[in-house]
Amino acid sequence: MKLRTILLATTGSLMAAPMAFGDAHGNMANSMTLVSWGGAYQASQIAAYSNPYQEMHPDVEMIWDESSPEAVARLRAMEEAGNITWDLVDVEAADAIRLCDEGLAMEIDANEVLAPAPDGTEAEDDFGEMLVNDCFIPQIVFSTVAAYRTDQVPAGVEPPSGACDLFDLETYPGQRALNRNPIANMEWALLCDGVAYEDVYDALETEEGIAQAFAMLDTIKDQTIWWSSAAEAVQLLADGEVFMATSYNGRWFSAIAEQNQPIGMAWDWQMLDLDGWIIPEGLPEDRLARVLDFVYFATDTQRLADQAAYISYGPARASSAPLVGTHAELGIEMAPHMPTDPANGENTFVNNYLWWADYRDDLDARFQAWLAQ
Amino acid sequence: MTDASAGNASQNAATARREDAARTGPMLAADGRPLKASLNRALRRQKMRALLLIAPLLIFILVTFVAPIIDMLFRSVENQIVSETLPRTVVALDDWDAQDLPSEDVYAALAYDFNEAAERRRHTRLGSRLNYETTGLSSTFRRSGRGIEDVGETYAEQFIDLDEAWEEPETWTALMAHPDWLSAQAEWAAEAEAAGRDFDEPEPAFRLAPGIADVLPETADAYRSFARTIQQEDEDSPTEEEPWNTVYLALYRDLAAQPASAVAAYFGPIAAELAAADAAVDGFETVSLREVFGEMDDAWAEMPMWETIDAFSDPYTAGYFLAAIDLQLTPDGIEAQPEDQRIYILLFQRTIFMSLVITISCVLLGYPIAYLLSNLPARTSNLLLILVLLPFWTSLLVRTSAWKVLLQQEGVINDILVWVGFIADDARLQLINNQTGTIIAMTHILLPFMILPLFSVMKTIPPYYVRAAKSLGATNWTAFWRVYFPQSIPGIGAGCILVFILSIGYYITPELVGGRTGTFISNRIAFHISESLNWGLAAALGSILLALVLVLYWIYDRMVGIDNVKLG
Amino acid sequence: MDHKLPPYATLGQRIWFYAFRVICGLIFFFLIAPILTIIPLSFNAESFFTFTPGMLALDPEAYSLRHYVDFFTNPDWQQALRNSVMIAPVATILSVSLGTLAAIGLSQSHVPFKGAIMAILISPMIVPLIISAAGMYFFYSRIGLQGTYWGVVLAHAALGIPFVIITVTATLVGFDRSLTRAAASLGANPVTTFFRIQMPLILPGVISGGLFAFITSFDEVVVVIFVGSAAQQTLPWQMFTGLREQISPTILAVATILVVISIGLLTVVELLRRRSERLRGMSPG
Repeated sequence: MKLRTILLATTGSLMAAPMAFGDAHGNMANSMTLVSWGGAYQASQIAAYSNPYQEMHPDVEMIWDESSPEAVARLRAMEEAGNITWDLVDVEAADAIRLCDEGLAMEIDANEVLAPAPDGTEAEDDFGEMLVNDCFIPQIVFSTVAAYRTDQVPAGVEPPSGACDLFDLETYPGQRALNRNPIANMEWALLCDGVAYEDVYDALETEEGIAQAFAMLDTIKDQTIWWSSAAEAVQLLADGEVFMATSYNGRWFSAIAEQNQPIGMAWDWQMLDLDGWIIPEGLPEDRLARVLDFVYFATDTQRLADQAAYISYGPARASSAPLVGTHAELGIEMAPHMPTDPANGENTFVNNYLWWADYRDDLDARFQAWLAQ
Repeated sequence: MTDASAGNASQNAATARREDAARTGPMLAADGRPLKASLNRALRRQKMRALLLIAPLLIFILVTFVAPIIDMLFRSVENQIVSETLPRTVVALDDWDAQDLPSEDVYAALAYDFNEAAERRRHTRLGSRLNYETTGLSSTFRRSGRGIEDVGETYAEQFIDLDEAWEEPETWTALMAHPDWLSAQAEWAAEAEAAGRDFDEPEPAFRLAPGIADVLPETADAYRSFARTIQQEDEDSPTEEEPWNTVYLALYRDLAAQPASAVAAYFGPIAAELAAADAAVDGFETVSLREVFGEMDDAWAEMPMWETIDAFSDPYTAGYFLAAIDLQLTPDGIEAQPEDQRIYILLFQRTIFMSLVITISCVLLGYPIAYLLSNLPARTSNLLLILVLLPFWTSLLVRTSAWKVLLQQEGVINDILVWVGFIADDARLQLINNQTGTIIAMTHILLPFMILPLFSVMKTIPPYYVRAAKSLGATNWTAFWRVYFPQSIPGIGAGCILVFILSIGYYITPELVGGRTGTFISNRIAFHISESLNWGLAAALGSILLALVLVLYWIYDRMVGIDNVKLG
Repeated sequence: MDHKLPPYATLGQRIWFYAFRVICGLIFFFLIAPILTIIPLSFNAESFFTFTPGMLALDPEAYSLRHYVDFFTNPDWQQALRNSVMIAPVATILSVSLGTLAAIGLSQSHVPFKGAIMAILISPMIVPLIISAAGMYFFYSRIGLQGTYWGVVLAHAALGIPFVIITVTATLVGFDRSLTRAAASLGANPVTTFFRIQMPLILPGVISGGLFAFITSFDEVVVVIFVGSAAQQTLPWQMFTGLREQISPTILAVATILVVISIGLLTVVELLRRRSERLRGMSPG
């Protein structure tokens, strides 16, 4: 019954949405604040989405805020104040689920709000499983993956091949840089300690599993610098502060291909995840109209494919995949650099964002306490 | 000090005058008023003028600065979320003995509360809140939010099997809604129909029919909760929606609990259906709500969940403050946190320890400089003073970036050490992202705050004491240690407190160069504000830090006087 | 120890005398060297933070202005600079005008609760920034000021006020009250007295307080991160993000510019201080 009411409500209001685009054109706000992750990723969004949009609408001002890591906190504070200053927020799937559950993100009907594929396939089918809930507008598939300094690999040793080499201090001595939150780290700790792929999340629901993961992480705790923004990890590796680090595959790509840093990627057990937009709940009508207009444009098949010309993230639409071409400046073929390319890593695991939405609070508390001790 | 004694003096003078006046009659001013009154009036006017000059700023500071801090202090004890999200449960738990799992009544109250909370999407927030106290509850609340709509389904089915009318929204509104509301709602619907999609007038808020709450107390309450929620959240009309399953649960509980006469005495709308249902409920298949909830998530059928809800049902709690010092509130009183969760005492200790190390380093480095400056001729010392003032005036971020560049493994200092041959290229020192980095950078940043007060005290120490001591045969060291040093102690004290106050609250520099082990309690506060969202704990940690600083501030004020702070 | 070595000093005294100077020299080096190191590095032709061999050989090829060019052409940095320039002066004007009035009020002889008022007014300087920032974040959120230009301005004004109070009260300490009384007895009204007699004398204090308030706002990063939003991203905020993520040498160029600004402001404050002391006849410059 709940589902029915939601469907009724959304279709009801969204039957009107295309009309709203038409007649409310004069009522669209001329400024929007977009929130993203900064660095190479945000640059690719600006190049692929907002620059072409601004060419079509030169009077629209776009403000970019690099606050995605704190998106949930900020949106809560804004809701408490009843003053939503953001228009469109880029978040990971797990955060989108949290925001949607708390009523901080707006529920949308993908078929109404998002453009169909060029062949007429409806958005819902084109995005398929990527639409993890009613609020999430997927953009990319990315992966968290390990990388290392190619010039510091000990003599006579094979370079690291995957995330498990992070834990192998004997073969690969040196500092590590890992994300300062439990996601991916806990799973890797278990996988590399011999837990089977399909048992990882079950194990993390038990005390013993959590203890096992922490015990594994303990072996490298003192050798690790914990980063809070993805660019930091790239910087640490580029500066030679650490030997191995984890970050998002697109960041590594831009460090390796665009900045020619002596960095190699260790793809094995890369963790796939989704990233996309959410629209904050409670936007005034004129701003909502502008955001919907932008989102319709920025998530169409061509735009998602265009983004892949700037950063090596896989577009979330099935119809975009064949359009992925070469890098905008370097001219290299992008497909082999995508996390979804089968050549990249023997093992891949998919972030169970539904599980993380449920357990994030629990594990965060324990992870942060572990980290501080 | 001087103020107080001046006050005393004037008081004494006033007393003397009063005695004088008593003997000779009041002295008069030029306008014929008594001089005393006239003087008092002038004094009062002067006070008023001074206060009027100060008032705008005082109000400004109170509003923009003091109010936010007080607001934050309140946040550290506020806990309305539990009683607001689960109001019925909290009341029902009042007479729970905490020995065994609560009764079915409590679970029923929970079902009504949770259903509304889930529809209003408030349950996950409560889950996050309770998770601060008992790890694991957040996932329970999230999971339960997905299962709650099935609670009471058994009864809904049985009522509908009995009479399909129970499925119809009209049956329910006829039974539950106030006639006035029904007509207002119908009017609203007609207007909405006529106006089309631009119509944005809110629905009239649902009202219960008079007297129904006496006949079916739980049902009336559950239905009102349903009606108001769908009106506000989904902008749906209760006239068009079948109630939640928990409303059927309430109806069953009302009918099963009451003597048949209560329903027999009801003659309002739907009386016939109600009477039929009343007759049938005794034959209904029943379920244990405890089991229903336990199936949704084990935690509902275990004690810790209920102990936590019970312990945190008050609108104000000391829980955040306890958590800030590694304690927790349990039914058996206050206990220590489990070992692997104890971090805040450690962090406070680390903050204080590192601030002490920084303060001591500042004394060790600052004392010789201040001594040199105060013993050089004014021209030279003024020139050298610029070397102290320049860092003082330079942006904090500039200095921090300088240290980041210098201390990195591939940074300037390591490069020089390798180049000189002190260390091997593959054994570069780890000078950053740990305590060393924080201590070096912060000593540099706070050193001017030590040198300046030391210098101003040393300037006033007359040189002839030391000379006299030496001429009396003291060695250089004795003369310094026994004569000069004691006189410079006030400067050391002032500098130390200032540096210590500034350093225990530092955030930026530890964040950038401190890594995991070199961060302060401030970094933890920032983390709780922007990442973990545990704002209450952030506020409690902040309050403790603030109290610490204010005590030091008070000592500083006693020792040095806050108006004696000199800048440059 | 005196600043000159007496001719009769023993060998030990001589050694200690020079050793002490060397120690002091090293400490001065510690104070100043980090700030000076980044200046040459900001002219590095490469994107590194170490001195390249070319730089050490003073090869002009190894130096360039590219990081400065980047600062002046990069829209992010320019926006940050614009924001800083829009926020700091307004915050300064607020704190100077309110602060000066209050300092004059506080310097009167009979002020009730003077100690308590003073403690409250100075408190923004003493309360750890993270606490001020947290409090303001929650409170300003509640009243809708969070993420707005005026929210940041008000917060910065509050932080700058203690400096104004301290410097202006310091100049008023030496202020001779008989001057205002003389003016009053000669028939000047309070407003005239203020502008003709008091103002010129405390002006140096007001200006240096203003400079302190300005630099406080111009350098402030903790509060603005919490109270501001992307549209108020200031120069220090941009630097903070950069330091945490990608330390591009552009940060060093910005840092160098800020050092130069600091030197300029420091000189002004020093000159004002001397002028003020001369005016009040306290000490010869």
